[in-house]
Amino acid sequence: MLELADVTKLYNQGRPNEVAAVRGVTLDIEAGKVTVLTGPSGSGKTTLLTLIGCLARPTTGRVRLNGEILSGLPEKFLADVRRRTFGFAFQRFNLIAGLSALDNVMLPAYPLGPPHRRLTARAMEMLANLGVDHRAATAVENLSGGEMQRVAIARALVNDPAIVIADEPTANLDGALVGQFLDIVATLKARGKTVLMTSHDGRISGAPVVDRVVAVADGRIAEAAA
Amino acid sequence: MGAWATRQRYLIDFAALSLWRHGARSLGLWLIYVLVVFVVASVILYGAAIRREANAVLDAAPDVVAQAMRMGRHEMSTGADIEKLRGLRGADRLEGRLWGYLYDTSAAANFTLQVPSGFDPRFRLERGEAIIGEGVARLRKVEAGKMLFLISPARRFLKLKVKQVLPLGSALVSSDLVLVGEADFRAFFDLPAGQYTDIAMRVRNPAEVGKIAEKSLLALPGHRMVTRADMRRTYEAIFSWREGVLVALLSGALLAFAILAFDKAAGLSAGERREIGILKAIGWDTGDVIGMKLWEGAVVSVGAFLAGTVAAYAHVFLFSAPLIEPVIKGWSTLFPRVTLTPTVDALQVATLGFFTVVPYLAAILVPIWRTASADPDRVMR
Amino acid sequence: MILHPPILALVLASLIGCGLIAWASLFAWRLLARWDLASGAESQIALERRTYLVSTVMAFVMAMQIGALVLFVFNADRMAAMFVGAMCAVGTLNASVYGFPALYAKMAMFFAASLWLVADHVDGRGRDYPLTRFKYRLLLAIAPLALVEAGLSLAYFLDLKADTLTSCCGSLFTPNKDGIAAEMASFDAASALGLIAAALLLAGGTGLAAGSGRLPTGVLRVASLAHGAASLFVFGAALIAIVSALSLYVYEHPHHHCPFCILKREYGYVGFALYLPLFAGTALGAGGAMLRTLPLPASLNVALPSIAGGLARASVAAFALFAAVAAAIVWRSGLILIGG
Ligand SMILES: Nc1ncnc2c1ncn2[C@@H]1O[C@H](COP(=O)(O)OP(=O)(O)OP(=O)(O)O)[C@@H](O)[C@H]1O
Ligand SMILES: [Mg+2]
Repeated sequence: MLELADVTKLYNQGRPNEVAAVRGVTLDIEAGKVTVLTGPSGSGKTTLLTLIGCLARPTTGRVRLNGEILSGLPEKFLADVRRRTFGFAFQRFNLIAGLSALDNVMLPAYPLGPPHRRLTARAMEMLANLGVDHRAATAVENLSGGEMQRVAIARALVNDPAIVIADEPTANLDGALVGQFLDIVATLKARGKTVLMTSHDGRISGAPVVDRVVAVADGRIAEAAA
Repeated sequence: MGAWATRQRYLIDFAALSLWRHGARSLGLWLIYVLVVFVVASVILYGAAIRREANAVLDAAPDVVAQAMRMGRHEMSTGADIEKLRGLRGADRLEGRLWGYLYDTSAAANFTLQVPSGFDPRFRLERGEAIIGEGVARLRKVEAGKMLFLISPARRFLKLKVKQVLPLGSALVSSDLVLVGEADFRAFFDLPAGQYTDIAMRVRNPAEVGKIAEKSLLALPGHRMVTRADMRRTYEAIFSWREGVLVALLSGALLAFAILAFDKAAGLSAGERREIGILKAIGWDTGDVIGMKLWEGAVVSVGAFLAGTVAAYAHVFLFSAPLIEPVIKGWSTLFPRVTLTPTVDALQVATLGFFTVVPYLAAILVPIWRTASADPDRVMR
Repeated sequence: MILHPPILALVLASLIGCGLIAWASLFAWRLLARWDLASGAESQIALERRTYLVSTVMAFVMAMQIGALVLFVFNADRMAAMFVGAMCAVGTLNASVYGFPALYAKMAMFFAASLWLVADHVDGRGRDYPLTRFKYRLLLAIAPLALVEAGLSLAYFLDLKADTLTSCCGSLFTPNKDGIAAEMASFDAASALGLIAAALLLAGGTGLAAGSGRLPTGVLRVASLAHGAASLFVFGAALIAIVSALSLYVYEHPHHHCPFCILKREYGYVGFALYLPLFAGTALGAGGAMLRTLPLPASLNVALPSIAGGLARASVAAFALFAAVAAAIVWRSGLILIGG
């Protein structure tokens, strides 16, 4: 469903500190599968995720989603594609402190302007699916780590995205929470979502729910294992 | 349309919450904003009120006043002088005027004694009757129907029955006015018949005022002709100069405020920057963030505008502008004891908006855009 | 110069507006030289980012211009007390040779800025920003106008002196004199009202056609262009009708032809209720037609026709409001000009 063709990304283009973070990557992400990107620090995993998730535009090359070319779209439309197609979970959860869990979950839908009642119901449903609806009114800074994680995932799912992207989702978590996270990934997969993660963590790349592990090194795809 | 409106609602919602969460940091700037609005609004309201009073005085003033001059000083005119102007074509309502000042020791104030124009039937007075300004009534604690006693410098008494107290905001605004009949006036000041303070006339066609003033000067070479246009120019020169100085000072302050606002908007805290980054990462685009930030600016502006304007209104009309009065003293000496009629109109409010909201918004546009165009992938690092 | 706060506010607005547009047109120059949406280069991304700022700035300038136009006329009316022979805004504007040119320049700025905003809005709907070049060329064309507008306003205010002898509406809008104003006044009421009624019907018909989604594309396009022309026609006809007939009904006086006194408080500010929908309707109609003069970009295949149709419908609604206000004026007036 998502294809990268000969994609490169330069940072600080044309300046002395130019960095080629991704160099000529061609990659196919299959729908409904769980894919993990692994590789050493600085190899370009996060950059690749941002290109796949329409957070940034490639310097050259093509990104296609269901046959539609996304590279070359201006930011405004890229953002539109992004919020309708992708849900994001981050290493540090990135919840907005001072807002309730419910408000945090609703945020990604604001630009789409859905009716308030429907959006609230949908956000509550997401929280309930993950078992944190009893904390909906609590300010997020008062939640436990595991609750924060689940609120962050609920937020990633509120626009009903086809693809869920997670960058180092378990880097800050202890063992029990990693297992819990993998359970959530399994339910997502069962509901037909495509999941894409980066991870250093052997517990993730080795988990049975993962369909495919892609090794990244120095901005290139090193090998693709089953 | 529905989605557009709900989107705006969400943005306003978020902006309000964001102000609530980070507001304390900008409270100082907001108070300065209120202060700026307050000062500018005070000047505008006060200036407009004073101008309105001046215009009311001028509208009631005759088109041309002839004053006898001797050795450069004002002298009395005579009935013979009036006769010399009688034949002027285009002039109208020619009459000698009688007015003078009286220092009233009991009230420790200057009153203006005047004989009302014979062409104005509203102010016809019998002997022993008077119409007085609101200030006189207040200082001497009299009201319509009561008696008012005046003592001339030559120790002559005048006993007057108050027929009416001029209401505030009437065309004759001077609250220090005492209108008396001609016979009382002459007796009180010991003024022989046939002498007048000056001569007033009206000109039917406004385009001919200058010509008639010239002709009058030919007929009465010893007189000085003051047209209403001259008076208005004098007022305008004084107002413009004073207001100009104030506004020049204020525009310096406005500029400083705009720079401060720019600086504040540009220097977001790390936490706020991070929030914007998160919003962009989870699906907001630059336009959404700009919209949200503009709503924030609008809330700040409207709040400061209302607070500052209401405070200025109270300052000017309830407390007679004690804070700016010293600066505008020159105006108030023209209008002793004037209580300003409280009126605010759309023109002043719009002007005030242009002076305060427009520079603020203009100053924060660029910083808002800078903030909003943060890279959405930044929070992943 | 008269240092009146409203005057200073208007000068401030002119300077800010002119400065912002000058800045935007410098950017336009750079953009036209380098715009290439297909590129993922950082310089292109930086250009795209900056277009957000330009759009925001232009919307701000536009809002300010609308406010300034209203304030300008409102203030001119108030200042009439300071000039010999002035009874309303006409006298104040006539107190300097730059007065009316400044007003016309402000009106032109209003229309130009609204066309730009329409182009900007539509451009943002196309995935490849298809109107960007057109939009920034338009901006370069508007820039000199902004400069002229600011210059004329400044010249006008510097030239104003208290107690200037000026001529007012009474002498300007008098049927048996020379000049455009007099000619407008010399229309007889019945034919002026007939003219505006015809213009409104024409604009209404073409606008409803342009705004209906069902007609074939070619017809829609022609209807849109016709509606644009009809909107300009309405604008002209409305001004004639206001001078030669509607104002008389407002004043209930058979010879007072003034398009400015109707803005006064004495007449319940009814002028604003006439002019605001008139200006809005004209700008919306012209904006819709402008879109249809452009070759239809593939990425706007759906959005452009729907926006142009929406603009036409909004224009018709504004004109309908104008017509309703005008009809109410004639209806409620004690003056009888036609028939009897
Ligand atoms: N905004 C930026 N500006 C300049 N260089 C950058 C930027 N972002 C990333 N880089 C560089 O690009 C390269 C790839 O970075 P990236 O974050 O994609 O690596 P990563 O594989 O995710 O590493 P990690 O496992 O440590 O998260 C690194 O050399 C990094 O320094
Ligand atoms: Mg990384």
